[in-house]
Amino acid sequence: MKIVITAGAPASGKTSILFKTIRYLKGLNVKVAVAKLDCLKSHDQKVYEALNIPVITGLSQNLCPDHFLAINIIEIFNWAKEKGADYLIVETAGLCNRCAPFIDRALNICVIDCLSSIKVPEKLGPIVTTADIILISKVDMVSQAEREVFVYNLVKLNPNAQILEVNGLSGFGSQKIGNIILNSPDYHTIAGDFLRHSMPSATCSYCVGEIRIGNTYQQGIINKIDFSKGSEFSYV
Amino acid sequence: MFNKLMIVGGKDKTGSEELVKELTLEKGNIYTIVGPTGSGKTQLIEDIECLSDGSGLTKRKILLNNGLSPDNYRSSYQNRLVSHLSQNMHFILDMSVEGFLEMRLQCTNFNSLSKSTQEIIECANELSGEKIYGDYSLTKLSGGQSRALMIADVAINGTTPIILIDEIENAGIDRLKAMEILMDSDKIILVVTHDPLLALYGNKRIVMQNGGISKIINRNQFEISLLKKLHSINKITAGIRNDLRIGKELRKEGYYELQSVLE
Repeated sequence: MKIVITAGAPASGKTSILFKTIRYLKGLNVKVAVAKLDCLKSHDQKVYEALNIPVITGLSQNLCPDHFLAINIIEIFNWAKEKGADYLIVETAGLCNRCAPFIDRALNICVIDCLSSIKVPEKLGPIVTTADIILISKVDMVSQAEREVFVYNLVKLNPNAQILEVNGLSGFGSQKIGNIILNSPDYHTIAGDFLRHSMPSATCSYCVGEIRIGNTYQQGIINKIDFSKGSEFSYV
Repeated sequence: MFNKLMIVGGKDKTGSEELVKELTLEKGNIYTIVGPTGSGKTQLIEDIECLSDGSGLTKRKILLNNGLSPDNYRSSYQNRLVSHLSQNMHFILDMSVEGFLEMRLQCTNFNSLSKSTQEIIECANELSGEKIYGDYSLTKLSGGQSRALMIADVAINGTTPIILIDEIENAGIDRLKAMEILMDSDKIILVVTHDPLLALYGNKRIVMQNGGISKIINRNQFEISLLKKLHSINKITAGIRNDLRIGKELRKEGYYELQSVLE
């Protein structure tokens, strides 16, 4: 089975472009299953169901969705296999840019909204640097000139990734993505595979449900801001 | 270098053979793509952009003239064959025009003879009603100024062999001049539009129907004269717009060209 993991910020256009891509793949008689991972709520299962394919939704609730993916990915893989799919496409949220939900054996796709990210490509962390494919969405909204500068900066961050410009509304780019997915490698299992990037070393008291603020309540790994690095200016 | 691109017909949405079996796109031509929503305009561009090998939805094949394999072509153009210009596009970087163009030149023109930022601004000013200065902020440019700068940039800095224009608005920009500048850039130009003036700029029209190319119309003599007429009407409207903008009161005697209409 081929496995594709797609991650990106909320409302960056993941579902729209994946929907068009899967529709293209279905036209070529490819059997696709989709797993949608989100935090609190997701209505996208209905969207994908319209394509007559197996769909499952996983909500991470109190967990970070990237951790949630790492914990569940083998079960998701087996589920897709049982459904008779040849292709598993996982769509997951990318929230804080600290982590990336990518694994070695998958085709890892990151979706970036060029309207929101064009100014600060360096803010995008491992989700860009460890991706195989970078999709720049909403390209119909931003000038060609700015997009070319953006692509130039992304190449500096990740010289190995293929960068494609897409428009989820019109479906522009979906055929190209589909062809890349068709040519990605097949795996019988993903057991024993590795995450491309480690998850944060975040085991502080707030991870386990603490809500009181103050040093007394802080335990575990604590990372404080270094205030000596601030600007010189002061009112006193 | 890239001269021609051949489209070999595939299937339309009903699964029957595309009516136009073969179409060659050549440099120095403007191709207008017309057809109602859902007729397959975007899909045609998509097929060209990914150099379809006949396995896609439309079964179209895109061939290059010089026998260069598509894979070579993709890498030599950083995976992009088509530069886009559309009505919905905006500049979103909070920078000066000059600062941005300098950054842009550093990123993109590493191997060709670079033009100065001043040349690009001058070119844009030939198109725009209101002058653009280097210290203007990109995001504060008017609609016409933005479009003029985008066109100048694509014509001068563009690295792709094809330019796609997806409607450009009427206001504040000399479209005939824009088409001339783009023509000079030695590229294949595709225009998707329902605007009569813009559609008639194309010397060939690709008619889309039901997902397939149904026919190719070569612009005839009447259409050329019609284009001239439409252009003078457009000039009159542009004049009125400008008069209103500078705060003039419009009077009948100011519009000799319109006398026959006003009678």
